[in-house]
Amino acid sequence: MAQYLMLIYEDEARWAQATPETAEQVMKQHDEFVAAHKLILRGGHALQPASTATSLRQQQSGGFAVTDGAFVETKEAVGGYYVVEAADLDEAMAAAKDIPAPFGGVEIRPVRESS
Amino acid sequence: MTRDLNTAEDCVQDAYAKALTAWSTQGIPGKPGAWLTTVARRRAFDLADRSDVARRALPLLVTDHVAAGPEWAEGEEIEDDRLRLIFTCCHPALAPEAQVALALRLLCGLGTPEVARAFLVSESTMAARITRAKKKIAAARIPYRVPPLAELPDRTESVLAVVHLLFTTGHAAPAGADLVRRDLVERALDLARMLRSLLPGDPEVASLLALILLTDARRRTRVSDEGHLLLLADQDRSQWDRSEIEEGLHLVAQAIRKGRPRRFALMAAITAVHADSPSWDATDWEELVGLYDLLLDAWPSPVVALNRAVAVGFAAGPAAGLAALGPLESEPQLTTYGYLASARADLLRRLGRIPEALVSYEEALAFTENDVERSFLAQRIADLKSPGAS
Repeated sequence: MAQYLMLIYEDEARWAQATPETAEQVMKQHDEFVAAHKLILRGGHALQPASTATSLRQQQSGGFAVTDGAFVETKEAVGGYYVVEAADLDEAMAAAKDIPAPFGGVEIRPVRESS
Repeated sequence: MTRDLNTAEDCVQDAYAKALTAWSTQGIPGKPGAWLTTVARRRAFDLADRSDVARRALPLLVTDHVAAGPEWAEGEEIEDDRLRLIFTCCHPALAPEAQVALALRLLCGLGTPEVARAFLVSESTMAARITRAKKKIAAARIPYRVPPLAELPDRTESVLAVVHLLFTTGHAAPAGADLVRRDLVERALDLARMLRSLLPGDPEVASLLALILLTDARRRTRVSDEGHLLLLADQDRSQWDRSEIEEGLHLVAQAIRKGRPRRFALMAAITAVHADSPSWDATDWEELVGLYDLLLDAWPSPVVALNRAVAVGFAAGPAAGLAALGPLESEPQLTTYGYLASARADLLRRLGRIPEALVSYEEALAFTENDVERSFLAQRIADLKSPGAS
């Protein structure tokens, strides 16, 4: 069995304009996802918006450059994640398709196995 | 009167086989009634396992059973492995160019240099591409298997695209001394047949096989004895492979009856029009343009639009063909596509616009790597330059 990180990317601007009904529906879909896949779920959280992030980059000269915001400025930002355990990518993909991401999508990243 | 259980089963088997045959020629009746209850289906599947006749008569029955996998007869184990391999190579998680490269390397056994040549990239680029794909398969754990039934329809589309690309690469090699790479053609045909036996009910699978057969039927006539390219107009149709054509035509007929024809069904139908035409002059160009219109709708590709323009040039004359070609001149995907230039050149030549035709032929030559095709273009240029050219 292997672990996969599922990063949920969403366009925050579009989220801000979403109706309360949409937001409610997405929350409901997350609940359904968790219920449907509870046997393989190993973790997950919703994140605060990208504007609340702080990024650090180590300098050549020593010390750190500290910046406000996400590490990479993109149209879609990481809004949450899940970790699942699955036998193969197909199983992981099947689960990922149940994750609601109306204003973006999901990246499936295999977790490096520690041996 | 008690009947022997075996006899009773044989009777039922016969009845099912007859029903299936009737359905395949007349279409499934609107209300098949009790026949298609789950129990009936199950029995037909069991019977199909034992009876080759029933299996061949299965085209309309759902692929439920066929895709089950483990029930393959012993002799088909090797086939099974190649099927697993092709579905793995064509997994959607891999980039399309990686899918084709892997298929050529792992399924057709081509060396990396050969695969690189097929794609006109450097060997190191291709080696990196293949290595990256293999690493992706391992790290992400792309499973080595034929996908389960529910996923087959989606997964089949990309497999068909890869097999089709293998065939076209073999049929008209992008580079090299020979027009045809026979080994690629044979592999593609092999794979298409395997897919057909795996998914006998899928019209796109049937259509790809038909397309390959109908196109390959012309293999003996595409290059003259002296090694020169022969256009469709100049090929000796009596040398076309009639058994491949018959098989292909039968498959197309089946496929286009199944709901709205999609990409490969329409491509096969277009090829069927040519294959079925006794001569170049008898070719029904109007029908071809109509089919190209449908194909463009289902598969809006600039190459399809180009081929359509060529057909228009024959259906309505070279001026119309040139007009149809017009919008394609600004297509970014076609800027270095040799066939666009050669199509334009041919239309201009037929319109008697020789100096312009010559410019286009030179352009085509610049974008053509295959020796046989280059030689053809050079000959056209020489013919037009000779005194008295019309």
